[in-house]
Amino acid sequence: MFDNATLQMIGEGFLETLYMTIVSFAFAYVIGLPLGITLVMTDREGIRPLVWLNRLLGVIINLLRSVPFLILFLVLTPLTRAIVGTSLGPKAAIVGLVIASAPFIARLVEGSIKEVDKGVIEAAESMGASPMQIIFKVLMPEAKPSLIVGSAIAVTTILSYSAMTGFVGGGGLGDIAIRYGYHRYQTDIMLVTVAILVVIVQILQEIGMKLAKIGDKRI
Amino acid sequence: MNRCVPIIRIQNLSKSFKGENGEVRALENINLEIYGGDIFGIIGVSGAGKSTLVRCINFLERPTAGTVFFDGKDMNTLTRKELYQVRQSMGMIFQQFNLLMQRNALDNVCFPLEISGIGKKEGRKKAMELLELVGLPDKANAFPSQLSGGQRQRVAIARALATNPKVLLCDEATSALDPNTTRGVLELLKDINKNLGVTVVVITHEMAVVEGICNKVAVIDEHRIAETGNVGEVFISPKSAAARRLFFPGDTVERFAENRCCRIVFDGSSSFEPVIADMVLKFRRTVNIIFADTKNIEGQAYGQMVIQLPADEEVAVRMIEYLKSKGLAVEEVKDFV
Repeated sequence: MFDNATLQMIGEGFLETLYMTIVSFAFAYVIGLPLGITLVMTDREGIRPLVWLNRLLGVIINLLRSVPFLILFLVLTPLTRAIVGTSLGPKAAIVGLVIASAPFIARLVEGSIKEVDKGVIEAAESMGASPMQIIFKVLMPEAKPSLIVGSAIAVTTILSYSAMTGFVGGGGLGDIAIRYGYHRYQTDIMLVTVAILVVIVQILQEIGMKLAKIGDKRI
Repeated sequence: MNRCVPIIRIQNLSKSFKGENGEVRALENINLEIYGGDIFGIIGVSGAGKSTLVRCINFLERPTAGTVFFDGKDMNTLTRKELYQVRQSMGMIFQQFNLLMQRNALDNVCFPLEISGIGKKEGRKKAMELLELVGLPDKANAFPSQLSGGQRQRVAIARALATNPKVLLCDEATSALDPNTTRGVLELLKDINKNLGVTVVVITHEMAVVEGICNKVAVIDEHRIAETGNVGEVFISPKSAAARRLFFPGDTVERFAENRCCRIVFDGSSSFEPVIADMVLKFRRTVNIIFADTKNIEGQAYGQMVIQLPADEEVAVRMIEYLKSKGLAVEEVKDFV
């Protein structure tokens, strides 16, 4: 169906997509996880209420989340250039993806952590646990299954965002789909890239759900 | 243990919360002394403020006014770090057990030891001993979801005891359990008090729990302490309306409120004499037994009965005299409710 050059291109696009998704997710999670935990801890009802910080973080997160991804990506171009030296290719896409998805992850983490039974937190407090001990020994382990499910959602969202970066020179499968499938009317290439994306999403989601279930001792 | 200095002294303690419609008072001017070795019951209907009170003891809730002295230390003056340390010498168990669902029983018991910085190996050894103490050595690897309510509470007790606390605070610890399981858990608390010398503070709305294990009781009503004293005394002659309300099921009280009724309290010696039957034979007038209950408190039999006296005022008065002459505590409950 395709010649070797096309196949190789799709193969490279696949790897680029994976690379963008995984690296972006890793960076975004490193930012989003502490941010989400901070949101819960500093909440009015939280363990260390700090309302001004909570509000400030909330506003920043909502701001970043409300700007449509592609527009945010374009707005960030100068920053991207400053960080990685270019505004094109997978590396440039990662900067935008991290900044766009970290707030999203923070909200997912916030939701997961808030699910932890208040009574269990109270029990830990009654034993003299410090806020840090509560975070690392209670909140994170108890929320683990939910955090894993959230991670699967985040990864698949980043994957679809990464495909969108194809429109603005981001690289990967999205880039191929847009350049060949959209601009050159090569529908077959479009379909193949989309199919690959669908399969990746399915696999990642499945892995996430399995991991969450294996790790959960509540059942 | 020093019986002269209370291990917990609650002094002029008040607590109010900021609600949507202004301040909500939860506790008003509470004064209590709990001595080492006591099993101290704090009883009240729901909403009376007892859960807030127990949370003020370990400063999970900071009092709005007044303070708590624990082992002579004013809790209000403690730094955050010192407070964490004091909390390690006060174990606490809860109605909903509050175990870590992602840890097995053994690791749950290890949890407070990890917090206090005790090594993993030593912690596991201690945790295993405690699981044996609460009768669950074979459930060490079971997760809370695999345990019954009673077993979960036993794990929670083992966990609360891990740091060798001086005091064990129990917040409605048996309210989610069935009567049989409750009995077992109460026996365990009693044993812990007797064998380990741990002072136990029991928050409950059930008189049966207080009767079952406590030696001292405080009745809390409308955010205040209504009455406090030895369980036997408070039970035989409750001075407050709140205490009396707790000892009678509410609906039976209403029915005889308009008639001349009296409450007779038996102590261990007279409860097995047929006093009422003798009285009926002597006066040749019937009485209506409205409420009767006998219990075993600290090895002695106590009983109480509410009887409706004949409408004839003179007979009624003489009957009361008769009962009093038999050494029974008789109290009219006309003003009741």
